Amino acid sequence: MSFNNTDIAAFKDVWVFCEQRQGKLMPTDFELISEGRKLADELGVALCGLLLGDKVEGLAKELGGYGADKVYVCESPMLKNYTTGGYTTAICQVIEELKPEVMLFGASNIGRDLGPRCAARLHTGLCADCTHLDVDMPIYKDFLREASTLTPEKIEGLNTAMVLGEKHDVSRDLKMTRPAFGGHLMASIICPRFRPAMATVRPGVMKKNAFDQAKADACQIVKPAFTITEDDVQTEVLEIVKAAKKLVDLIGADFIVSVGRGISKDVAGGIKLAEELAAELGGVVGGSRATIDSGWLSADHQVGQTGKTVHPKVYIALGISGAIQHKAGMQDSECIIAVNKNDTAPIFEIADYGICGDLFKVAPMLTEAVRAAKASK
Amino acid sequence: MDFELTQEQELIRKTMRDFTEHEIKPIAAVTDRTCAYPKETIDQLFRYGIMGMSVPKEYGGAGADDLSAALAVEEISKACASTGDIVATHNGLCCGPIIQNGTEEQKKKYLRMLTQGGKLGAFCLTEPDAGSDASKGTTVAKLEGDHYVLNGAKIFITNGYAAEVFVVFAMTDPSQGTRGISAFIVENTFPGFSVGKHEEKMGLHGSPTAEIVFTDCIVPKENLLGKEGKGFKIAMQTLDGGRIGIAAQALGLAEGAMDEAVNYTKGRVQFGRSIAKFQSTQFLFADMAVSIEAGRLLTYQAAIRKTKGQSFTKEAAIAKLFTSEAAMHITTKSVQMFGGYGYTKDFPVERMMRDAKITEIYEGTSEIQRVVISNHIL
Amino acid sequence: MKIIVSVKQVPDTSGKVAVNPDGTLDRASMQAIINPDDLNAVEAALKLKDETGCKVVVVTMGPPPAAGMLRELMARGADEGVLVSAREFGGSDTYATSQILAAAISRIGVEKDDVVMCGRQAIDGDTAQVGPQIAEKLHLPQVTYAADIQKTGDTITVKRMLEDGYMTIKVKTPCLLTCIKELNTPRYMSVGGIFEAYGKPLQTFDYETLKDDALIDPTTIGLKGSPTNILTSFTPPLKGAGLMLNEGDDKANCEKLAGILAKKHII
Repeated sequence: MSFNNTDIAAFKDVWVFCEQRQGKLMPTDFELISEGRKLADELGVALCGLLLGDKVEGLAKELGGYGADKVYVCESPMLKNYTTGGYTTAICQVIEELKPEVMLFGASNIGRDLGPRCAARLHTGLCADCTHLDVDMPIYKDFLREASTLTPEKIEGLNTAMVLGEKHDVSRDLKMTRPAFGGHLMASIICPRFRPAMATVRPGVMKKNAFDQAKADACQIVKPAFTITEDDVQTEVLEIVKAAKKLVDLIGADFIVSVGRGISKDVAGGIKLAEELAAELGGVVGGSRATIDSGWLSADHQVGQTGKTVHPKVYIALGISGAIQHKAGMQDSECIIAVNKNDTAPIFEIADYGICGDLFKVAPMLTEAVRAAKASK
Repeated sequence: MDFELTQEQELIRKTMRDFTEHEIKPIAAVTDRTCAYPKETIDQLFRYGIMGMSVPKEYGGAGADDLSAALAVEEISKACASTGDIVATHNGLCCGPIIQNGTEEQKKKYLRMLTQGGKLGAFCLTEPDAGSDASKGTTVAKLEGDHYVLNGAKIFITNGYAAEVFVVFAMTDPSQGTRGISAFIVENTFPGFSVGKHEEKMGLHGSPTAEIVFTDCIVPKENLLGKEGKGFKIAMQTLDGGRIGIAAQALGLAEGAMDEAVNYTKGRVQFGRSIAKFQSTQFLFADMAVSIEAGRLLTYQAAIRKTKGQSFTKEAAIAKLFTSEAAMHITTKSVQMFGGYGYTKDFPVERMMRDAKITEIYEGTSEIQRVVISNHIL
Repeated sequence: MKIIVSVKQVPDTSGKVAVNPDGTLDRASMQAIINPDDLNAVEAALKLKDETGCKVVVVTMGPPPAAGMLRELMARGADEGVLVSAREFGGSDTYATSQILAAAISRIGVEKDDVVMCGRQAIDGDTAQVGPQIAEKLHLPQVTYAADIQKTGDTITVKRMLEDGYMTIKVKTPCLLTCIKELNTPRYMSVGGIFEAYGKPLQTFDYETLKDDALIDPTTIGLKGSPTNILTSFTPPLKGAGLMLNEGDDKANCEKLAGILAKKHII
């Protein structure tokens, strides 16, 4: 390891690795650039994108439109498709030369392959799958006040941290917050002694700025020097295949929209609404025992004591009363949402969120509201 | 007296608990409802060495001790007593007597079939007129040159219509009473062997019970197990060991039912609180726990004595008597704890109650166990 | 040929997780299990052993009870186990952990036709960093997210999952692969395996064993060797009673609900 990355003062600027696959930028790049912009402003430094590939320079200006001051572009036929070896080589060379203080990657399947390898080669700290990034201390403390059960005294005391027995001021450190223990615990991580502080950031979490054409036009494109050989690449990509999303089983599904007796007045219509809501969420449709017994859904849709036991992130029960046999199959879902005309339905006892209403009216509105909420992120 | 399991026994219990949770429990209700022989599960149990686990290594088994074998049946039976029965019968009643009494050739051939060969085993003693009074059997075996010819019928044979290797008891000398009974190893491919009626039972629906019919069935001379006239002794010895397996099965049933009831009562709210908070519920569970703990120690003790080569007939009878009666009681009370829901097929306890009844009857009724025990006292 | 599988004993975070009154996790409430992705890695190694007769070595860094996990893996078919355990290694972040594991694997020896396998990530740390960082420190090519592995001679062809499809990647041994659950269905312990497990060799590497490795010295292990520090950790506020939405009309309720879900990153 040839460069002194403990000389913190020598490192400046926030960089964002912008992933492109087959000549297209990943949506998460814009989220990261937007988030990087915020951090760069808090630090008072520049925000730079880092783009690797073959003949990808034309993609760079768009990154400027979301807030990048500059985009470093490294091009080579050997970088056309992602390989761990090729990309790590180029990125580490450029980082060693230009010394950014923060390096962000999207926590895609590729980012989570690349980030740790770079961090290891550069001998620096990496925090994976971050859901919150902070520099500014007051804003960070506000975040903790809202998102945690930490006491006010504890939060106040976070201006400094003990690092190897000495008090260290964290005000300019990147505070990287991320879930651990399957999401049951959140941890804020810092990288106090080395630079760049690296993070992979969970896709779909950071807010994307509005696109600004003027900023895009003003964005600088820089092509830093780097060398890459066949020996650096180390693996061979034989093919890249896009696979159609295969049908998700109830058991593995993150989102389940289930229907019950409440759809009886228009079975086909009710199932269609459930399918639309499930599709919007990227989930599957389930049913209570009543819907299977009545022949409205096939047996593999059944959730309950004599059907399947499910633990999705979100379980939406439409027109399901919540009988004990049904509860047994879904009560451990992370988030339970119930829609039922009857406000005394037992399902509301275990629901996290309930809407008392007609599922035929509420379900399509919910689908639309989810669509709108996702689009505005 | 060391009450700790060995580290291997702990792993046996762990792997059986794991396997049962993922492979057996999810299909237990369907198995019961459709009376389907759980073939995939049994094939898997062969693959992992549970079937014939006590067969010595040189004949294809793992050489497991009797407590390990009991732990396996116990864990399986918590979720599915039918599967537990299939395993206990194969291990205790078919592999058992061949290990104990087989010639080198018989052990090499048949124990390998019953382990690596993936073939299921069964034990044919009971006849229409010979239940508790096993000496009243009328199936005969006549020696004719280089083979025996068997004629007769056996009923209520566990594993009957899925097994391929049978230990069969028949009279070689009717004039000698119990000393005229001999044991044979019979394969379902032998001419004259057929499977008769598939028994429709109150419980244990996944356990394939059938009538086995011998019509001039040709059994090679080499398949005589032990000596002529020693069959009754072999049968009684085998049942002694088999009783430990049934005790383990009943124990598992009781534990499984109690676990279900405890979970249910914690969540069931009536009269403003969870019914687990009522003292009558709590006292019931305390009594169940006492019975289960006692049954466990009795069962494990019998198993340990058998492995050590100590006499264990009385201990096995005590274990089987106690755990089977406890299982019947505990499963019944568990249904009670569930109230109306317990009576429906939506919940597993009604199946456990139906399954428990047979443990008081087969491999020696509770009455016979009392005979065995009192014989050791008086 | 041998396959070295790096495994971790973790608390079972997928079941019910209890939170203490002070907001910390009740770790005692979680059972210790073998990290699920690691079981897929071990299964891949055992499949190759079934096909080729190669040796499978399992290595873990953890406190002494982790040896029990190594025995369970031997009961599934692993031939040897290495427990890396020392007070000096405590407090290591992923960088320092990968440093220590790389040294241990180096001591076990990585030959030309060997493969190092790991699970993609552990369900406690959830970082997925240790595998790639071990690969870097051992100068091995890596392929992560392996959903299918085919070995012919010194070449391995991997189906490497992407979010919306996959890449087919060729890599030569020696190399490091990280495995995901789609790769295979892990086998259970067998009865025969259980009775052999405690007779198989299990070594313990402590600080003394590894200190002469180029990767190991007091500044590369434990807290001193960890570039990252935990500033603070916390549990999200507990789920309270459910909320009945009554903003006035259905549309408003739906919009409010969608907003809540978006804010919580659920959608």
